[in-house]
Amino acid sequence: MTETSASLATKLEEKFSDELNDCINERDQVTIVIPRENLLSVAKTLRDDSQFQFAQLSDLCGVDYSSYGLGDWATTETTSTGFSRGRDQNQSNTTSSDKRFAVVYHLLSLHYNLRLRVRCYVDADLPRIDSVTSIWASADWYEREAFDLFGILFDNHPDLRRILTDYGFIGHPFRKDFPLEGNVEVRYDPDKQRVVYQPVTITNRVLVPRVVRDDNRYVQPQEQQSDA
Amino acid sequence: MPEIRNMTMNFGPQHPAAHGVLRLVLEMDGEVIERADPHIGLLHRGTEKLAESKPFNQSIGYMDRLDYVSMMCNEHAYVMAIEKLLGIEAPERAQYIRVMYAEITRILNHLMWLGAHGLDIGAMTIFLYCFREREDLMDCYEAVSGTRMHATYYRPGGVYRDLPGIMPKYEASKWHSQEEVDRLNENRQGSLLDFIESFTQRFPACIDEYETLLTDNRIWKQRTVGVAEVTPERALQLGFTGPMLRGSGIEWDLRKKQPYDIYDKIDFDIPIGTNGDCYDRYLVRVEEMRQSNRIIEQCVEWLRNNPGPVMIDDHKLSPPRREEMKDDMESLIHHFKLFTEGYCVPEGEVYSAVEHPKGEFGIYLVSDGANKPYRIKIRAPGFAHLAAMNEMVKGHMLADVVAVIGTQDIVFGEIDR
Repeated sequence: MTETSASLATKLEEKFSDELNDCINERDQVTIVIPRENLLSVAKTLRDDSQFQFAQLSDLCGVDYSSYGLGDWATTETTSTGFSRGRDQNQSNTTSSDKRFAVVYHLLSLHYNLRLRVRCYVDADLPRIDSVTSIWASADWYEREAFDLFGILFDNHPDLRRILTDYGFIGHPFRKDFPLEGNVEVRYDPDKQRVVYQPVTITNRVLVPRVVRDDNRYVQPQEQQSDA
Repeated sequence: MPEIRNMTMNFGPQHPAAHGVLRLVLEMDGEVIERADPHIGLLHRGTEKLAESKPFNQSIGYMDRLDYVSMMCNEHAYVMAIEKLLGIEAPERAQYIRVMYAEITRILNHLMWLGAHGLDIGAMTIFLYCFREREDLMDCYEAVSGTRMHATYYRPGGVYRDLPGIMPKYEASKWHSQEEVDRLNENRQGSLLDFIESFTQRFPACIDEYETLLTDNRIWKQRTVGVAEVTPERALQLGFTGPMLRGSGIEWDLRKKQPYDIYDKIDFDIPIGTNGDCYDRYLVRVEEMRQSNRIIEQCVEWLRNNPGPVMIDDHKLSPPRREEMKDDMESLIHHFKLFTEGYCVPEGEVYSAVEHPKGEFGIYLVSDGANKPYRIKIRAPGFAHLAAMNEMVKGHMLADVVAVIGTQDIVFGEIDR
């Protein structure tokens, strides 16, 4: 696999030298980052060109990078009294608004037995991107899911509705600023004789804080491999 | 001439043939389906979001609850994703155990599918036959993990513990006489491996039994042959994987094409269909059970002769033994750190897929170097299959919808996540 993923990366760089923002070959998995304007043309080439033949779209998902690399605890800074502990909960990342959301496509080429990851960043204020349903039919529901959970709009999608959340749901639950416990809960109201919505009565109890540490022991062997 | 209109019909979400909580809105012209619109999400629990709020190891249990008829295969994809990010590999014995249990799980899943699919389209007996064998396999789950379904047995770096030397036995009670219990315990006298081996010897005859009930059965063929045919080109376009893709004649199996763990050391065949209809997919799955049986046999043979560790020897990832923890300061610290904070996974992203009984089950894991995943996306095979529902049932009769739901092997735990 190592050879083929490396050769795939070179082939991609040659073919899309103008369209590509970045091409990463990490852990034998190739990722390309392309600007969203080029998505359709690149996708079409990836599917039809005889040197790629990515006939199947195995997965499509949204990612929200707004709190990337942020932990609940300070792990590196020290004070005169020792390690500082809790961090401000309302900290925000320095990610610029055009890098907040990304749509990630996982492609599979049965002919060459290769996988490829394609990432497109979309604008945070108006997250929209072209739909790839015309290229891979399986994108239909995946795009509906990304719309439902992240609020990413797919232009020219045949039927962009919510898919996983409740009828009449408000918000996009997988965004990092959406609380884990949600905003509303349902209960049966005996007076009204029906199920009603009300604001949530539970609070999120974090038992294990999120901690970011540089544990270099596992990074080491990877780097040695790439050197060799 | 009266005006003729299409009728819109609601199917589910509480319907025994809906395999859980599928709600289908069907637009019908008489008894012929014009359009099917599946409404999903009634079992949406936000597994991916929940996993983002927990240390890596605590989400293994959530994976069992995705596709709740093939529990360990879900875990398998998840622990492999973490292992890839950490750059570690499980000991060989652990890999054999994982593969053996993945195949036991495949048989469990296919038995459940066969029984339920049969029941849906008019075969009663098969359901009871299938559940008889499922019981034994559930006991294998219980022997190794303590639970019959949600095992949480796989770990990044191996498995939770080695196979037990004794197989739990039935005890006599008010409801079971000593004589009955003795008969039930007959093949439980030795170790777990002995029990699994006796199962593999018995199981091919059981599959023959299922086949005598269905394969040449006229009613079964009338309900499945030529129903919901999918061409290989469409199957690829629609993102089909697993038996759904192989039923259409494409030879694609991740266990062979992108072997993980020790699948490359094991001898087995991939069955494929020719017509891409419900009957071919039935034949493919039945043959897969036979092949799984072969794989289990080979694993049992290897596991008997090769004792060894089942977990990597790294106490940053695996807890130290209890005696060491009580005795040794460093082990105590490791134990404390592991259970309070977990371990941090290097920054990066990885996609790891396994050949799940239903198709390609993938985990896309993004880590920013924390002790919890940054983003995890579960690629559920059933999601892509159900998305093709409209195309598969168009022009078929209402009764065929049930056959299509059955043939897609729908389980809502994984589709709704």
